Amino acid sequence: MKLSLGPITYFWTKEKTLEFYQQVEKSPVDIVYLGEIICSKRAVIRFSDWMEIGEQLAAAGKEVVMSTMTLLEAESELKMMRRICENDRFLVEANDIGAIQLMKGKPFVTGPSVNVYNQRALAKLAKVGLCRWVFPVELSEETFADMQEERPEGVESELFAYGRLPLAYSARCFTARAHNLPKDDCDYKCGEYPDGMTLSAQDETRFLSLNGIQTQSAHTFNLLAELDELRSLGVDILRISPQSEHTLEVIEAFHNAMQGEESPEDAAARLNKNMPTGPCDGYWHGKPGIADSVLDNYK
Amino acid sequence: MELVCPAGNLPSLKAAVDNGADAVYFGFRDDTNARHFAGLNFSPEKMAEGVQYAHDRDARAFLALNTFPQPEGWGRWQDAVDRAAEMGFDALIAADIGVLDYACNRWPDLNLHLSVQGSATNYEAIRFFHENFGINRVVVPRVLSLPQVKHVVENSPVSIEVFGFGSLCVMVEGRCLLSSYATGESPNTFGACSPASAVEWRETDKGLETRLGGILIETVEKGENAGYPTICKARFEVGGNTFHAIEEPTSLNTMEMLPELQKAGIAAVKIEGRQRSPVYVKQVTRVWRAALDACAKDPEHFKPKTEWLAELAKVSEGSQTTFGAYHRPWQ
Repeated sequence: MKLSLGPITYFWTKEKTLEFYQQVEKSPVDIVYLGEIICSKRAVIRFSDWMEIGEQLAAAGKEVVMSTMTLLEAESELKMMRRICENDRFLVEANDIGAIQLMKGKPFVTGPSVNVYNQRALAKLAKVGLCRWVFPVELSEETFADMQEERPEGVESELFAYGRLPLAYSARCFTARAHNLPKDDCDYKCGEYPDGMTLSAQDETRFLSLNGIQTQSAHTFNLLAELDELRSLGVDILRISPQSEHTLEVIEAFHNAMQGEESPEDAAARLNKNMPTGPCDGYWHGKPGIADSVLDNYK
Repeated sequence: MELVCPAGNLPSLKAAVDNGADAVYFGFRDDTNARHFAGLNFSPEKMAEGVQYAHDRDARAFLALNTFPQPEGWGRWQDAVDRAAEMGFDALIAADIGVLDYACNRWPDLNLHLSVQGSATNYEAIRFFHENFGINRVVVPRVLSLPQVKHVVENSPVSIEVFGFGSLCVMVEGRCLLSSYATGESPNTFGACSPASAVEWRETDKGLETRLGGILIETVEKGENAGYPTICKARFEVGGNTFHAIEEPTSLNTMEMLPELQKAGIAAVKIEGRQRSPVYVKQVTRVWRAALDACAKDPEHFKPKTEWLAELAKVSEGSQTTFGAYHRPWQ
């Protein structure tokens, strides 16, 4: 089983991003997904910069994948997607069906926002070049097991295993809205929230995290404790979604547990203290996403 | 422009057809469609009756089969496709790649429309669905501005349908998991946003409290309107303020834009609301029929009549309407 690092979903400074990937070079992660997948206005890191970061990671022995945007509206966004899809250096993660169209039969990965919910969809995409798919986050272990059984040859399965869950995308920027600003004049407010802006329910439940046009879970999804089960299901890759702090520790914890140096349960429990809100794993167990099987907190 | 109206049951279907709908869309009584609520939708018998009623009056019948099957339930979607083809539906509105793949292979003559749940916001995605499954229409998500819609029309190989009126999805459809995060069931997996079984109302001193999956998402004071609770239209605390952090309870109404939509080459306008009453369907269909006819006759001088807007305001969620994402400042 391999370990991957998903694309950064937040708006970090160029400096922080470069520093982050320098650390990743030395980490035990196998695959690194790169690129801006949320908002095209966050253009402080250009396509050529991403390619350069990719080269450095590749030189450090990492497999590099370039990720495309999730919600495409403007022609300028399609143009960037074309550049990524036409790159002949790195594999591409399609986060929208539009990117699959542009791959024209070349191998590609589907990200968590491309809905592949059944064996027939998986088989169809395999025919047009799918070589790896990230299991949609709202689906359960039961569905994953069923799809693994009928998985087409040559298609790897990747699970979103750690991070705040990607839940929704909109034309509207909620971070700008929270500051009473329109999206076209957003002042790049999302840059002030390196892990998103927490939204709480009226009973003070910390519920969601606003990340520009994206809405994430406030809780951090964590499947590390299920490691033995995941192995027996034949998962090829576990994905960690970057947070502004402690991501390297998360990678270490997964790596150690995978190497048998620490029990998965202990390693998973150790990560709780660094989560912005706390853990959840409900989706995997067929429950509301916010539920957590260890805390047994589902009302 | 074609007027496509919703029907949650046979009386609504008849109301739509009798009041000028060019097409009516409806679904089976299960999770194969995105308005899976108790007491709503059609048994196979009623469905055949509905198709017949529409066809006898020169209206088209579309089947909404727009959720995402998982392996365990696959057979239900496959059966629904087969039954739709056998019943003579004029088009199937689907979202899932697997369902589209099955439908176009098994029933090559069946018209396929890509549902709004298919999340096709750009013409490259539309080309994929057209080239791979032969879809001939797309319902575009409610996230594009008017110039962006025009750009899609110019570059799309198939005709475009837009939402004209009804409840407003703020998130791009087909990619919103907010409901399942709180309740375990989403439009994708279950065919419902905020499934009724997860909603709990409680009268307290502070007002009417609404919980979804046990989470308090809204408190409505006496005298305030309490709409159907969805996460995206509730009040939350963000950065020390409690407000409608995602969207206010509001409905989409694009009637004023009709001349522009017509000029842009939009093929059809869709009315949302299969979960609404036959009275809603009747009123909204009648008003939109009149508006579309007036716009087709004289687009230069088209202006929604005051009585039309008043009529629509009566049935709008939260009694207010918006252009939504069509109008850039909304974003």
